Order: sequence, then structure tokens, then C-alpha cells
Amino acid sequence: MKRILLSLLITVSLLTAFACQPGGSGGGDKVRVGVFMSLTGSTANFGISSVNGIKMAAEEVNTAGGINGKQVELLVQDDRSDASEAATIVTKFVTQDQVHAVLGEVASSRSIAAAPIAQNAKIPMLTPSSTNPDVTKKGDFIFRSCFIDPVQGAAIAQFAARTLGAKRAAIMVDRKNDYSTGLEKVINEVFTRLGGQIVATQSFQEGDQDFNAQLTSLKGSNPEVIFVPGYYNDVGLIAKQARDKGITVPLVGGDGWDSVQLYAIGGSALNGSYFSNHYSPYDTDPKVQKFVNDYKARYNTIPDALAATAYDAAHIMFDAIKRANSLDGTAIRNALAATKSFPGVTGDVTFNENRDAVKPIVMIEIKDGGTYAVRERVQVEGAAMPTMASSSASPSASTSVSPTAASTPAAATPAAGAKASPSPTRSATP
Amino acid sequence: MSTFLQQLINGVSLGAIYSLIALGYTMVYGVLKLINFAHGDVYMVGAFMGYYLANGLGVRGAQAVGMSADGLIARGLLGSGAMEPSLITALAVMLLAMAICAALGVIIERFAYRPVRKYSRLTALITAIGVSLLLENGGQVVFGADPKFFPELFKKRNIELFGGASINSADIIVLVIALALMIGLQLVVFRTKTGRAMRAVSFNLQSAKLMGINTDRIIAFTFALGSALAAAAGVLVAIRIPRIDPLMGILVGLKAFVAAVLGGIGNIPGAMLGGLLIGVTETMVVGYLSPTYKDAVAFAILILILLFRPSGLLGSVSQEKV
Repeated sequence: MKRILLSLLITVSLLTAFACQPGGSGGGDKVRVGVFMSLTGSTANFGISSVNGIKMAAEEVNTAGGINGKQVELLVQDDRSDASEAATIVTKFVTQDQVHAVLGEVASSRSIAAAPIAQNAKIPMLTPSSTNPDVTKKGDFIFRSCFIDPVQGAAIAQFAARTLGAKRAAIMVDRKNDYSTGLEKVINEVFTRLGGQIVATQSFQEGDQDFNAQLTSLKGSNPEVIFVPGYYNDVGLIAKQARDKGITVPLVGGDGWDSVQLYAIGGSALNGSYFSNHYSPYDTDPKVQKFVNDYKARYNTIPDALAATAYDAAHIMFDAIKRANSLDGTAIRNALAATKSFPGVTGDVTFNENRDAVKPIVMIEIKDGGTYAVRERVQVEGAAMPTMASSSASPSASTSVSPTAASTPAAATPAAGAKASPSPTRSATP
Repeated sequence: MSTFLQQLINGVSLGAIYSLIALGYTMVYGVLKLINFAHGDVYMVGAFMGYYLANGLGVRGAQAVGMSADGLIARGLLGSGAMEPSLITALAVMLLAMAICAALGVIIERFAYRPVRKYSRLTALITAIGVSLLLENGGQVVFGADPKFFPELFKKRNIELFGGASINSADIIVLVIALALMIGLQLVVFRTKTGRAMRAVSFNLQSAKLMGINTDRIIAFTFALGSALAAAAGVLVAIRIPRIDPLMGILVGLKAFVAAVLGGIGNIPGAMLGGLLIGVTETMVVGYLSPTYKDAVAFAILILILLFRPSGLLGSVSQEKV
């Protein structure tokens, strides 16, 4: 008898506990957004930057009166850089917390683990910075607001072919690295399609020290530009040795170059070379400068690319909820899918039919003394769209080269604030 | 044609560095019949000594990123302010690094190899592997595991050659210094009393001792000489390829060892020839075939040589006396 009473008591108290959890279905006066990020563990830096960006976006919306009069409530959870933990958190978000939307993650592996859960619950999920193409293939409620690697490769190739007007290009590729070979394939395809010719391809392996033999071969084929889709420490050495060999043409690469270490290694050998990135804090665009200043005022550091993409992702989601004028998952999803030219700090965002963002990619020019300047915002044109990125480019993607190209060189030292964040997006995509 | 010529220059320049390291292997083997596996790591220490010396002397351009010229001058440890990058600085850095590594070589010999010299050759070999691991892992603790980037010791320039090829001043300096060191070594070994003693020790240690040669001193001298050459190679590599890390000696050391065997281990001109051959072959393979086979080619050559000419290209066939 006593035992029955006890168990009854426990049951009742548990039920009460659940009843106290935030509101029933949709009737609340708050917009609940679940955020899962790695705040501890191997990629803690990525998660912390991202959450900073998202929190700032939420506060901006709330001080402006919220979304259609409703305040935004962020539920931030740490997945400890672990994929199964990410899945558990998102399960809790959709069942217990009954969030209206989910934001996360940086690492593709964790986004892929969490996506099916959001998909089944029909809660829209938006990842700010997972670049693996598979993430958004998990279902039609899963969106991504950054570029995927094939698009980046296309932007690099298009920039070389159109802006630099190169006809002959050579490639130096890291044969054992998926990131590098993936970019190489796309660059090769797109550059050729845009009327260029790949005159030589040479390879190396990460950690190689001596590139003289490869560079001599490249020099013999007289390229006008050399693509180096690799990581900053190899790129720095390649640049140095290329200049020693008397090769003066520009080197062009991807976000793998993004590190303050790059110029420390390559020095003036890198002057006049270009790489692509999500955004640059030294962009003179007033929108970007306002974001950078606000972020600096709040967190006392220069926002890296992850903070910027997360900030944009949060605003895109809030904007969709506002346009949906409803907290229903499907309504928000449809509004999200209809996002057109959303003006973010990382560029104007439109989703294509794969729910991947179509937006300009920033080409950064390295200038004397290691200063960076935004050379161009490349909008990948329809003809340049690589076959593997999307079956057919969305209409807005077919706009020609850089409609927003404000090629105003904004010089500023990267050493000033950009701390060593070795290309976060790339390395977070295991 | 000009590309081929260029690759040849690359190869000879790389080969000269292998030769310098191979000399250390071959000399130690000559006197002790010991394969000094720690030799590649002495080369690594040499490169790091060069790095710290260059920074200590305040060579302009050392860690110059984000730092003004004034800041760099202030960093110079010498009262006269920062040193301009020049050949003199490069030579000074190299000679100091050589001296430090010569001392390191003597210390290694004194405390690791001499105590086990009376035991079997296998004991010494295993000790050598132990010293090698100690230097590699100790290097990661002391220098840090992340790669360092060597400052520019002198202004590099490209000099146009006939037929469209060009040669970098760094390559010329590597070649000239390597050649000078090899000639110097040849003079030491064949024209001095100590050199004669070295040859005597390598011929027969017991008899040399009986003839009144202080063999311990000669062996220590051999280690000092070999280690100094390895340090020179370390600094020269760092000038050509400005990245150094504590594990850089492993593969280069192995290849230099192959070069020594290729030329005939124990034979000094053989080590030079072997180094050049490995360097040129490797560069040609990377330039005309694929870099994937780069490391395999040195060892493939080793196997061929061992099959067809076990004593190496210039090695003399010596009958083991029973």
C-alpha cells in the first residue's frame, strides 16, 4: 500500500514537472528558436562564434519589438562537439521544448545527425555554415545559408576567367585532401567551360616542403594564373617558392587560405593573389561595417566568418517567421523557401530548389604588408554553375558577374583582430 | 629544354643537401661501422639553431608580419640594432649552427655511443634509434610541434640563364657552400694529420690504437665533423624552403642514408655522388611523373643497387677476414 502511494506520488510530481515545461502547442506569446552548437569540445570556437552572432541577431529583433509583436526566445544547447549529442538535443527541442525553428550546426557531421529529427517533426532547420552538400539532402525542412564547396570552386574559376581575364591556368592540388581535390575538379570543369584552358596540373601532399620541381613544370607551360586550392601553410610555401622561381602570375585559392598564418609564411610573395571567403570584416559595405562595429562593441573581438554567417542565418529565420505570420512549422518552411535576396552581411541570400543559399562569394585580394581588400563579390553565373552543385541553377543565380561588385579596395590589417581561425567552415566539415 | 635544365638545377641543389647529410652517415660508418640513425635529427637541430640564431641576431624580416621596421630594429639583440639580411649574416648563422651541432654530435657520441661501444654492433644501432627518438620528441617539447618559418637571410634574386632557364641566388649559394664544404672535408681527411688518423681508425681501430692514436678523440672529431655538415645542410634547406619542424629530419635522414649506401657506405666521394643522384632522380620523378612516387624512388634505387652492386657505386669490395 505504502509502495503504491509512493509511486503515485512520483508519477504525479513528474506529470506536474512536464506540465511546467514551456507552453502547449503554439499558443505561447514567444517565438522559441532552438540553437544547438558546440560550445565545448574540439570545435568549441566555431560554436561560440556562431552563438554570439545568433544572440546578437535575436536581441536586435527583440529590441525592435520582436517578430509580429512576439519576443524571440533562444534555447541554446551545447552539443559538446558530438554528433549523437546533437541528435539528442534536437529531439528534446522538437518534443519537449516544442521549438518553432532550429538553428545549427557548424560541423556538417552534426548537422547531418540532427537533420532527420527536425525533418520528421516538420520543424524547419537552418544551418549557418555546414558546407557538405549532403546536409540539405536530408529533407525539405532543412536549409543552409552558406555556400557549398562546388559553388566556391565555380566562383574561383569564374573570377579568374572573367575578372582576371585569364585564358591559361595551372592547378596545384593536394592529392590526398578531399577539400582540395573537390575544388580542383570544379575549377577545372568551370574554367574550361568559360573558355579557359588548364595548361598544367601538378600535385603535392600536405606537409611537402619542396615544391620546386612542380613549380618548374608549371612555369614551363606559361599559365596566366595558378589555382592553389589548399590550406594556408602549404599555400604560403608554394607562393614563396614560386616567386623564387620567377613565377609572377597571381595565385588564386579558396577559404582554406583564411588564416593570419598565411601572410606570416608567404609574406610579400602573396601580394596580388586572391582567395574566396564567406565575407570579410574589412568590407567597406556600410552594412558589414555596422555589423562589425556592433559585434566588436558587444564581444570585444572582430567577428569571424562563422559569427557573420550565423548572424545572417538567425536573421533569415526571423524574417521567414515574420513573413509566415504563423508559428506553424510548414508555414515557416514555405516562407523560408521563398526567401529572396535577403540582405545579409555575407551578401544577398536566395535559396535554390535544393534549399542551399545562392549568394555572392567574396574574393579577397592580398595586398602589400598582408592587408586584405575585397576585390569583388562573385555571383556564380548560370553558365558557370558546376554540374554537381545543383541540377539547374535557380533564376536569380543566372545574373552575370558581380552585380553588386563594389570593388572598392578597403585596406586594413588582418593582424589587427582576426585571430588564428584556420578556415573554420572547411575544417568543421569532416 | 629550359624546363629540363631548370629541373636539373633543382635536382642538383636538392642533391647537394642530401650529399652533405650523407657525408655524416658515411664518415661515422667508416670509423665505427655504426649507422647513426640520429644523424637526420642532428640536421633538424641544425635548422632550428639557425632559426633561433637568425631571430636572435634580429635579422630583418624575421617574424616581420604585422610588425613595423622599428619594432624589428628594437628586437635586435645586438647593440648596433637589426642586422640587414646579407650573405655575411647567412654565413654567420650557418657557422654558429654548425658549431653548436658539432658540440651536440660530440655529446651524443660521448654519452650514448661510447658507453656501448664495447658491446655488439646491434646494441649501438638500437642506441642510435633511441637517440633519434629522443631528439625528435625532445625537439617537439623544446621547439614546439608546430612548423616554424625561417626568416630570409639574404635577398633572393632570380638570375636568367641561357635558353630561358633561370637560377635563384639561393640555389647558387646552396651549391657553392655545399661544394666548399665538401672540398674542405676532402682536404681535412686527406691532407691533415687528424685526417690521416681518421683513415687509420676506419681501416682498423685496434691497430690504430696500437700505433698510439687517441681513437676516442678521433671518433669524437668524426662525429663533430659529420654533425657540423648536417647542421650546414639544415640551414641551407631552411634557406631554400623556409619551413622547419621537429620531424623534418626523419625522411631526409633516411634518403641521405640511402645516398650514402648508393655511393658505397664509408666512401666520401661516393656519398656526394649518391646524394646528387638521389636529388636529381627525385626531382625528375616529381617533374615528369608524379609526386606520389617521390619518396618511393629513392628506396627503389636502394634495392636495385643492393641487388646489382652491393658495395655501392664507388664502394670497394672488401673481403671479410675470418
